[in-house]
Amino acid sequence: MVHWSAEEKQLITSLWSKVNVEECGAEALARLLIVYPWTQRFFSSFGNLSSPTAIIGNPKVRAHGKKVLTSFGEAIKNLDNIKTTYSKLSELHCEKLHVDPENFRLLGDILIIVLSAHFAKDFSPACQATWQKLVGVVAHALAYKYH
Amino acid sequence: MLTAEDKKLIHQIWDKTGPKHDEMGGEALFRMFTAQPQTKTYFPHFDVSWGSDQVRTHGRKVVSALSSAVKNVDNLSQALSELSNLHAYNLRVDPPYFALQLLSQSFQVVLAVNLGKDYTPEVHAAFDKFLSAVAAVLAEKYR
Repeated sequence: MVHWSAEEKQLITSLWSKVNVEECGAEALARLLIVYPWTQRFFSSFGNLSSPTAIIGNPKVRAHGKKVLTSFGEAIKNLDNIKTTYSKLSELHCEKLHVDPENFRLLGDILIIVLSAHFAKDFSPACQATWQKLVGVVAHALAYKYH
Repeated sequence: MLTAEDKKLIHQIWDKTGPKHDEMGGEALFRMFTAQPQTKTYFPHFDVSWGSDQVRTHGRKVVSALSSAVKNVDNLSQALSELSNLHAYNLRVDPPYFALQLLSQSFQVVLAVNLGKDYTPEVHAAFDKFLSAVAAVLAEKYR
């Protein structure tokens, strides 16, 4: 089980309370598809992904980004229990979606950059460290049920 | 592969952040040490606390090397040849690609913090590619 200090929990929940999940989720997913274009392989049914502009404006990308980040919120609500919280999602990503867990790490890094651009100086080094730990834990939990 | 558009964006952003270059390196290093403590193993002789002169000085060295890389983006291998030797034969940052990637992440965080909305997805992609290319050159001579 992951140990979170009181300070880490504070840094996570206080930042999260200021995050616009729909916007931030859409942006993170769009950037994943733009910065690491091979990730588009999982979204062939999403329509036009031919350019950054197309990706950013794509309604399916936005909707799915929101879904992904909303799910991230579940991890934040259950910091002491992330593996269990993501047990079914992990199986889904392995058995149905066939996503290489490396992609979870990529999305985590992208999310950090989106948060940096949005919160600027408020995204302090301590904040970055805590969130870097969080995205690592989430990625690990999502990969946990792979077989 | 860096496109002409990528290179243009990289130059623009590098010029735009010019006034902040002095602090950006130190900040990126400090963020990396904080977020990825294993990176401190390469600096056991450093005071890695916030505001440390050593970190600030080293940060300036890093940014200066990146400036040279930006100027010589069409010829990174040659421009970074000395640094490549240093990282391969002396510093041996290990694993060669991975650890340098951690600095890339923190450096991009500093760019994003300073540029906000101007760190657009296109700029983000260009810089990520650029820093990957730099890291690859620095790891070129490892074996």
